[in-house]
Amino acid sequence: MKSSSGDEIGMKHRLTAWVALGIGLMLGIGWATAADDRRALDQIQKYRDMLKDGNPADLMELKGEGLWTTPRGPKQATLEQCDLGLGPGVLEGAYAQLPRWFDDVGRVLDAESRLIHCMSTLQGLTRDEALQNWTRPGSDIEALVTFVAARSRGLPIRASQTHPREADMAAVGEALFFRRAGPLDFSCATCHSQDARRIRLQELPNFLDPASARESMIQWPAYRVSQSAVWTLERRLIDCIRQMRAPDADYGSDAIIALQVYLQRQASGGVLEAPGIKR
Amino acid sequence: MSLRSGLVGGLVLAALPALAADPDVLTRAEDTMRRSFTTATEEEWRTRLAQDEVQALCSAHHNAPPPDVASRIVALSKENVRYPDDGKLLGNWKEGEKLASIGTGGHTGRIQPDRPDTRRGGNCYACHTMATKEVAAGNLGPSLTGYGKRLGNTPETQKFVYEKIWNAQAFAPCSHMPRFGTNGWLTPQEIADTAAFLLDSESPVNR
Repeated sequence: MKSSSGDEIGMKHRLTAWVALGIGLMLGIGWATAADDRRALDQIQKYRDMLKDGNPADLMELKGEGLWTTPRGPKQATLEQCDLGLGPGVLEGAYAQLPRWFDDVGRVLDAESRLIHCMSTLQGLTRDEALQNWTRPGSDIEALVTFVAARSRGLPIRASQTHPREADMAAVGEALFFRRAGPLDFSCATCHSQDARRIRLQELPNFLDPASARESMIQWPAYRVSQSAVWTLERRLIDCIRQMRAPDADYGSDAIIALQVYLQRQASGGVLEAPGIKR
Repeated sequence: MSLRSGLVGGLVLAALPALAADPDVLTRAEDTMRRSFTTATEEEWRTRLAQDEVQALCSAHHNAPPPDVASRIVALSKENVRYPDDGKLLGNWKEGEKLASIGTGGHTGRIQPDRPDTRRGGNCYACHTMATKEVAAGNLGPSLTGYGKRLGNTPETQKFVYEKIWNAQAFAPCSHMPRFGTNGWLTPQEIADTAAFLLDSESPVNR
């Protein structure tokens, strides 16, 4: 962060401009009052199409690239030797095969937790430093994941299936997907196990249906219009769990990673559009 | 651990018909949960993350319980229904209308908790079409437009609607609908007000 503060200021101005444009478009859509809610959903698609050549997430991708290539931390090292599963420094297609088993840590990791690992081992940053401001728009971890994911754009989702613990995590992820708890009895399946359902006017993916799962998963990390910010999948899942009235799940925890393994398997073969655009 | 007893109790009862989930996997899923919410207080564990027997059964069966499990869930769900102090199952539909739109309240944790005084509602519109003037209605549940007109505002329908909102699983085991009364999310009076919103002839649901 210290070495890229100038960059960051410029980024903020550009993001502000995008946010202003986004809000303007949203007001124009007026979805909450539309007599025909189908029309509102079509407008989101139109908004997506409009932004195809200029997704605000592209700026996060640039910021991420800066963080990847700039020497940082006590060791003043870049992340260019980070091994995301395909060998040190191999970015092409790395995101598409995550989460995966990593021998060196003896765990299945997602992109977020692997990047935190690299920031720790290569750069000497603490976990708190690596995760600085992760709940706020424009955080370093969101930028890095966006950059890494974009290097898998156009490639099919193919979460690694080489280690038995990966299959184990997929099974646990499925169990967690159906695990109901809390004062509203919610599980992921409450909202995401039927076709063509909505909360209010918000369309819900059905993760039991591969086509629907793909449509959703190819977009992450995504610029979220409602948040005026790029969110990674991990950030999104932690917020889903919060909305279910559960306490905060730990960042990089096995529950969140297991859910991702399950969801990426459901969406297997979906061609990544990352970074995408979401409500 | 109450978490375990709920799950294990559920699994013993559910042992004969095939579970949707492998019991070993369910055990590992519980261990995973314990490792993944390290900042949750014991109170939060008990009220927000640990499963009661019905939750554990529905989870293990992916919300499609075989007949004997379904009967067990219905029996459990009929227990401990409480009614408003004045005994009237139909309250004020105008209060019910407000509750149907309130989707806030009850968020915990540090990322974005609600203030303690944030009002909780039933948030019915998240999942149901009700009064047609509210177009931003979800469709996870069936349309309830004209519900009172269709069912009639009789003592029997009042009792059914009240008890359905109190605990939907007394009628539809593993329904996705929250058990608003059993879980203490809504008070008996709030449930009576919501029932009135559905059944009262003056309510916009029926006009």
